[in-house]
Order: sequence, then structure tokens, then C-alpha cells
Amino acid sequence: MILFTISIVVLAVILIGVAVYAVMQKDLLFAVIATGVMSLILSVLFFLMQAPDVALTEAAIGIALTTIIFVITIRNTSRREDEVPILKESDASEMDDKQKAKI
Amino acid sequence: MRKLLVLFLLAVIAFSLYKPLSTIEFGADRMGSIENPTTVGAYYLSKTPSELSVANVITAIVVNYRGFDTLGEVSVLFLAATGLGSILYRRRKEGEHSISISKPSSQLLQAGSKLIYPAILVLGAYVFIHGHLTPGGGFQGGAIIATGILLMMMSYKDFHLNHTVLTWIESLAGITFATIGIAGLIVGKTFLENFMPIGTLNDLFSGGIIPIIYIAVGFKVAAELAGVLDTLLSIKEK
Repeated sequence: MILFTISIVVLAVILIGVAVYAVMQKDLLFAVIATGVMSLILSVLFFLMQAPDVALTEAAIGIALTTIIFVITIRNTSRREDEVPILKESDASEMDDKQKAKI
Repeated sequence: MRKLLVLFLLAVIAFSLYKPLSTIEFGADRMGSIENPTTVGAYYLSKTPSELSVANVITAIVVNYRGFDTLGEVSVLFLAATGLGSILYRRRKEGEHSISISKPSSQLLQAGSKLIYPAILVLGAYVFIHGHLTPGGGFQGGAIIATGILLMMMSYKDFHLNHTVLTWIESLAGITFATIGIAGLIVGKTFLENFMPIGTLNDLFSGGIIPIIYIAVGFKVAAELAGVLDTLLSIKEK
């Protein structure tokens, strides 16, 4: 029982650490992988806390699908957080014109 | 000013969380005994084996007692997948339809995924067919199948899904769910009422309409998630 409590506390501490790393990291690819690791630990925690249904969902959705969707997004935009967003001025002005035309 | 506002909002949230929870003693057992249920959770635990003969109580709650909510969730997922497809369709038409992984994947990944792929499909099917007996269900099984398809998409560049087939699977599964609900309305009194024999506890063919609905949900979720991934991977790289 005491071992169970210790393992849950240790996993929770690692979980928070990985989550903070994912928020602080400027390289978005590293942040996305950290989110995947977080989902893995969360899935183990769900399993330990007797919720195997939720653990299965978290394992499939959190680790595999969400991570790959974020990786695809990063590949199509930019990898660093501090880079200028991809929307150029010309695109913005075109969009404005179209929106004005609609109005 | 903005930070003050944030602090104020956090205080409001903390207060509204603290107020209802402060009346409950920490670690108190609020479920009541199974013989004499006082809360709805204990009621489900005590009545599910005799009323529905379903071993997995969570499935009984999700599909039978609250089946209408599940129908809503399934339609939310359907709307999300459809919306994503309609947004990305314009971009996909500009280039030719090709998955834009620039480098071919290594032989190790290709051989490994070819070995694992059928096993993942069988595991997903097992999870949603046995949804009323073991942990898991339609959503989990569908997601597992989608991860298997994702593995194949990453290993083989020319692994394509036929979107017409996916749409048909989605629609048929959704129609099955709604039809079973309306059949319950016709045969019994309420929408999604159980009208089939419930069988004996722990049998594969037990639980009335629950296995049928979960198989439909499994196919629907797998088709939708695979369709989303295929749409996303088909975006042509600039």
C-alpha cells in the first residue's frame, strides 16, 4: 500500500515536471514530445487509480494521435516559438478585402 | 489591471470550488452500500448486473443509462471530422493528392509496422467487441485502430484510404445507432430502450443492444479518426 502511494506521488511529480518543461520549451517539437510523455505518465496513473477505460483512451489519443497531429502542424508552420507567424501582410490585406466585400 | 482581473477571476473560481466541497468531509464515503443505494452511482453498481447483465458497469452507464449523451458525443466527433475536411479540402486541391513525407521511411519501420499492423487491428476490434465485458469500448477500440492505420501511413508513402468507403462506414454506423434508438422507442417506451434479450452475465452475447451499439461506435470512431489523419497528412508541403 505504501509502495503504491509512493509510486503515485513520484509519477505525479514527474508529470508536473514534464508539463512545465512542455510549457517553457521554445523548440515546439521538444514541447510536443514532452506532451506525449506527459500523456504516457498520465495513462499509467489512470491505470493505477483503477480507471483502465480512461487509460486506454489516453494511451491511444494522447500519445499517438494528438502528438502526430501537432507534429504535422509544426511541419507546416514553424518549429521555433519566437519566429514570426506565417501570415504575410499581403495575405492579410487580401483577406481584409474579401471580408469587406462580404460585408 | 489585467493581472488584478486574473487574480479576481481565480479567486472567484477557488471560492466556487471551495463552497460546495467544504461541506463534504475529506475521504468520506458518499456512495452508500450496494445493498441500500443512496446515490446514483451505488444504484448503477447494484442494478446493472440484474437489469442488463453487463459486467462492465461503465459501459452500461455510457451506452444504456446515458445512451443519448453518447449519441451526442458521436455526432460532435462527426462534426469535427467533417469541419476539418471541409477546411483542408481547398488546400488539398491545389497540389496533386500525395502524402508529403519527403523522405521514405526506413526498411526497419516498414517491416516492423507490417508485422504489428494486423495485431493492432485485432486488438482494437477485440476492445470494442468485448466492451461490455472488459475495460474499454467503442471509442477506445476505434482509437486503437486509428493508431494502427497511422503507423501504416507513416511507413508507406502510397498507403491511401478511400474516403468514399470511410464516409459510408461513418454514415452506416451512425444510422445503426439512431435506428436502434428509434426501435427502442417503437418497441418499448423510451429512446434507446433495451428491447433485446439480455442473456446471462459474462457471456459474449449478452447485454441486449449494448454490444451492437458499441460495435457501431467503434467503426465510426475508427473511420473518423483515420479520415482526419489522412486529410492532415495529405496537405502538400510549401
